[in-house]
Amino acid sequence: MSGSRVPAAEFEVEEVLRAAHSAIGEQREASVDMLQVLAPDGTMAGGLTAEIDGEMIDFSPYLAATDAAHLCSLYRDMFLIRRFDQESTALQRQGQLALWVPLTGQEAAQIGSGRALQPQDYAFPTYREHGVALTRGVEPAEILRLFRGVTNGGWDPRERNFHLYTLVLAAQSLHAVGYAMGIQRDQLADPSLPEAASVAYFGDGASSEGDIHESMVFAASFNAPVVFFCQNNQWAISVPAAVQTRVPLARRAEGYGFPGVRVDGNDVVAVEAVTRWALDHARSGKGPVLIEAYTYRMSAHTTADDPTKYRLSGDEQEWQPRDPLVRLEAHLRTQGLADDAFFDELTAEARSMATALRDAVLSMTVPDMESRFASVYAEPHPLVQEELRFFQQYEAGFVDEGKHD
Amino acid sequence: MATMTIAKAINEGLRASLTQDPRTLLMGEDIGELGGVYRVTDGLKRDFGAMRVVDSPLAESGIIGTAIGLALRGYRPVCEIQFDGFVFPGFNQITTQLAKLRTRSDGMLSAPVVIRIPYGGGIGSVEHHSESPEALFAHTAGLRIITPSNPQDAYWMIQQAVSCEDPVIVFEPKRRYWLKGEVDTSAPAGDPFSAHVLRAGTDATIVAYGPLVPVALAAAAAAEEDGRSVEVIDLRSISPIDFDTVTESVTRTGRLIVAHEAPTFGGIGGEIAARISERAFLSLEAPVIRVGGFHMPYPVARVEEHYLPDIDRILEALDRAFAY
Ligand SMILES: Cc1ncc(C[n+]2csc(CCOP(=O)(O)OP(=O)(O)O)c2C)c(N)n1
Repeated sequence: MSGSRVPAAEFEVEEVLRAAHSAIGEQREASVDMLQVLAPDGTMAGGLTAEIDGEMIDFSPYLAATDAAHLCSLYRDMFLIRRFDQESTALQRQGQLALWVPLTGQEAAQIGSGRALQPQDYAFPTYREHGVALTRGVEPAEILRLFRGVTNGGWDPRERNFHLYTLVLAAQSLHAVGYAMGIQRDQLADPSLPEAASVAYFGDGASSEGDIHESMVFAASFNAPVVFFCQNNQWAISVPAAVQTRVPLARRAEGYGFPGVRVDGNDVVAVEAVTRWALDHARSGKGPVLIEAYTYRMSAHTTADDPTKYRLSGDEQEWQPRDPLVRLEAHLRTQGLADDAFFDELTAEARSMATALRDAVLSMTVPDMESRFASVYAEPHPLVQEELRFFQQYEAGFVDEGKHD
Repeated sequence: MATMTIAKAINEGLRASLTQDPRTLLMGEDIGELGGVYRVTDGLKRDFGAMRVVDSPLAESGIIGTAIGLALRGYRPVCEIQFDGFVFPGFNQITTQLAKLRTRSDGMLSAPVVIRIPYGGGIGSVEHHSESPEALFAHTAGLRIITPSNPQDAYWMIQQAVSCEDPVIVFEPKRRYWLKGEVDTSAPAGDPFSAHVLRAGTDATIVAYGPLVPVALAAAAAAEEDGRSVEVIDLRSISPIDFDTVTESVTRTGRLIVAHEAPTFGGIGGEIAARISERAFLSLEAPVIRVGGFHMPYPVARVEEHYLPDIDRILEALDRAFAY
């Protein structure tokens, strides 16, 4: 007999799954503290504690300065990177970029964590970490070289201690752990070196990849000074986070034996504090930390994506008031830490940055094929040399043809 | 001059690399106390410590991925993959990350990671312990692939792999680990990416590598009894391939047999046949003939002798080449 338990139609399966997910979800979501300092209405709370592995941890010593200068500089970074995002989206729409990966909504998670890093720390991004790139001194135009199709890199990773973007999800998390193992060894050999850590950035979708599991196992086994920074923006293209995990992502760390913290990813002040704590923890030899920055991808996944096909509009309305820029602006204004002149100047600065960005993109030089042949191997390679010679002769044939015309 | 097995020669080569450069480190499953399932790293942890000879978690992607991170920090990791069939969980890290690091960084970053893989059949083992996946890696630009066939080469080639700025995969012929030979630790090392003519001949050329080199030599000896003078080339490097040495030989002998354990379809033999057809077409007396595995997953051990190319299969190929 075919069982009556078999759902009659496909939509029923979806419904059953959805109900199960949300029941489990609500229960589990409540089981993890979310750290927040700056509330959506712009008020700033005092305490900053959370229970991790049964222990109350006070993060407040890790709060960076909360004076006007510091908060204004955080706001400035967030504002500029959002403007950069808008300009890049426009450039893609105009056919100047092959693809764009927007970060709108995730400014606080990126600027807050990026600003917590010290120069000797090393960050391994996925492909959306434009805000982190900004804090590492990568020029905005350098980021667009990849999306313009003139390179797969764009900057010198060693100069900025900011690795190249990685399009294969989660692959870089292992590189971050290996790099951290290298830091560990360097320090054993030379204790006078400054303490350092690496940071692996990845998303809620990537958290399902095997490499994330393997990197957490390696990090724990070797007590590597690495911080896993997961931006849970609720979506992996069209798939919600509930399909990736039944427990809040921060709690996964427990299974690997190191602390996991969930922070309000739209609160730049809290993100900075928690990341400073985590980096300090890692650098001082206490081992890895997982941070889950709870945030929301307000824009499409990429310019090739259509969120209207899968996203509920209520969702967006719910997240709109939690906008990371709006809340810091509210705080700066109500506390009298910034005036109209500050915001006006910033708007003007962003406008000229956008103009410069556009000019830079349009004037990007296309690499010659010779340079492609040259970067396959470090040492001479006969096959590459042979094919390069063929290519040059072939191209030269066209030049001759032109002359005869 | 000392006599040692291939396994011991690799062990001595690794020892030399670990001694010369404190940034060299070994990582893999069971390579510490146990010395690896083939004992290739025997005694190295005892002598260099757990920081230099690292028993890693059981995770191939993890081994290769963290090795890439260590290389970015200036280290020279040598990874051991326990068996050929188990490299696939790490395939992604090798092909999408390791092989491309240099290109993706426009030449700014190097990835001097070595991956050692015991490969090939003939040991009567269970599935996933006898495969020859070299072509899957050779197809990927950015990697270098070598395979020693004797202790002298094994001793030097592993050290040359460690000092190479590019990622190198060393396919180690596991059924020859116990093959003994003389090792001159003071001889100049030579180019690891060049082929060696092991036996001179005038009528045909056999190209082989790794585990099939002794088989090719034996076939050439048997052919001599039939009055055929057969040249034998040990390819040694699968990527790049030393086509100059092969072309030069075929130009003289006019006939080419390529022998390897991997399936012939889409394999290295096809690549060699195509290149030699382009380079020496007018010298060829016969089509290039491939001898290799069949288009099937590596078969169960009880029938592997029928799968593995042996002397007779190479002689049969020679007969066909001479029949033209
Ligand atoms: C290994 C791999 N599989 C699939 C993809 C295609 N892909 C690109 S982005 C994406 C979703 C990623 O979601 P998440 O990790 O949450 O990061 P987000 O883009 O939301 O920041 C997918 C499936 C990929 N890049 N890599």
